[in-house]
Amino acid sequence: MASEKEVKLLDFWLSPFGVRTRIALEEKEVEYEYKEEKNLILGEKSELLLKSNPVHKKIPVLIHHGKPICESLIIVQYIDEVFPSKTPILPSDPYARALSRFWADFVDKKISQYALRIWRLKKGEELDETKKELVENLRMLEAELGEKKYFGGEDFGLADIAFVPFTSWFYSLQAFALLSVEEEFPKLTAWGNRCLERKSVAKSLPEPKKVYELLSARRKELGVE
Amino acid sequence: MAKEDEVKLIGVWPSPYVARAMIALNLKGVEYEYIPDDLFNKSELLLKFNPVYKLVPVLIHGDKLPVCESRIIVEYIDEVWASSGRPSILPADPYDRATARFWAAYVDDKLAPHCRVLVWSNDEKSIAEAKEQLLAAVLQLEEAFIECSKGKSFFGGDTINFVDIALGSFLSWMKAFEIIMGKNFLDKTKTPRLVEWAECFRSVDAAKDVLPEAEKLVEFRKFAMAARRVTVADAATK
Repeated sequence: MASEKEVKLLDFWLSPFGVRTRIALEEKEVEYEYKEEKNLILGEKSELLLKSNPVHKKIPVLIHHGKPICESLIIVQYIDEVFPSKTPILPSDPYARALSRFWADFVDKKISQYALRIWRLKKGEELDETKKELVENLRMLEAELGEKKYFGGEDFGLADIAFVPFTSWFYSLQAFALLSVEEEFPKLTAWGNRCLERKSVAKSLPEPKKVYELLSARRKELGVE
Repeated sequence: MAKEDEVKLIGVWPSPYVARAMIALNLKGVEYEYIPDDLFNKSELLLKFNPVYKLVPVLIHGDKLPVCESRIIVEYIDEVWASSGRPSILPADPYDRATARFWAAYVDDKLAPHCRVLVWSNDEKSIAEAKEQLLAAVLQLEEAFIECSKGKSFFGGDTINFVDIALGSFLSWMKAFEIIMGKNFLDKTKTPRLVEWAECFRSVDAAKDVLPEAEKLVEFRKFAMAARRVTVADAATK
């Protein structure tokens, strides 16, 4: 008799939001069934996705005991609360938690929309504007990180999980927008490498070259190049 | 009160986001000092305490650095004053908590931006689009209410929770839009449960003195239109 795995993740390999949830599950050593939305890039969504996230119809969706949880940062906090471990994703102090949430939210508000749009822009004003915003916001992240090991200090946490998936896109940012994160943001670069030393991150991050290849192909299809 | 317990809130009276923080503080019976700021002329204090967004509300608790972003502030308040003998703002069960966070985020992603357009824009096309999107969001929230309330008065059941606060803080503006546009966004035929809920929410002790009068917001909008050299994005408060 087939047993349904208690934890399912509906996801797409490229999605930074999906990567967040994978990292969280790995951090907690949770066994889960990974279900890829194979044709997402063609705009096709599975029945299960449409049923599990009728409001937004987006991945990632975590399905736990048959109940769906949507929105990556909400999913990560849920995972933290339901699966205890020696390495909590959010600290116990309310002020430290607020700070963690603030910077994770900052990534959503001020990084993702620029980083995920820049690859499809032709050379011109919009590309320059988008790059300018992204650089300004990365500067704020670099300043916030400072000399700390992780955004939360000694412990890897929500803000790190929120931002680290975007490191897979740095190679593409360089190629398409001539933005070298390594040159301009040494602290973020070092932090990214430190995060990669964690099993959960190394296992979950897509390879930068693979991201580049897919985006490159899409650029040609869209006539950006 | 010892300095480390002092609570200050920087805000502006028309902001629904500031209202959220006030309602949460009231719910927990927390005494605080309200520091009004000026939407059109932001203070040095605000720029210093929220350098990232330069927006209200900003909560300053004791000698800690400020907490910004209304939903984060409300969660902070809920966690710090958890043992005050008052009801919890976030549900205890993790799944219910995730659901509450989902719908509060929905209010900010799918309702608030269109409210912002209706407050600040005078472009007919943008306004028409915003009205349509706002109506769609409200219809979705009616469904959410039916699911979350389980037959009771609030999203949180018998007492107000995170979602009630997130959405309830917009009630005065929704009423103001109805006055300005002659159109009901909360409608007895399309969203009957939310209409009832709005009445209940407005009479909750923690909220009733916080929500500004809709007529005052109508006046504010007139003033804002006249003073309009500010872009829609710049003027947004979170």
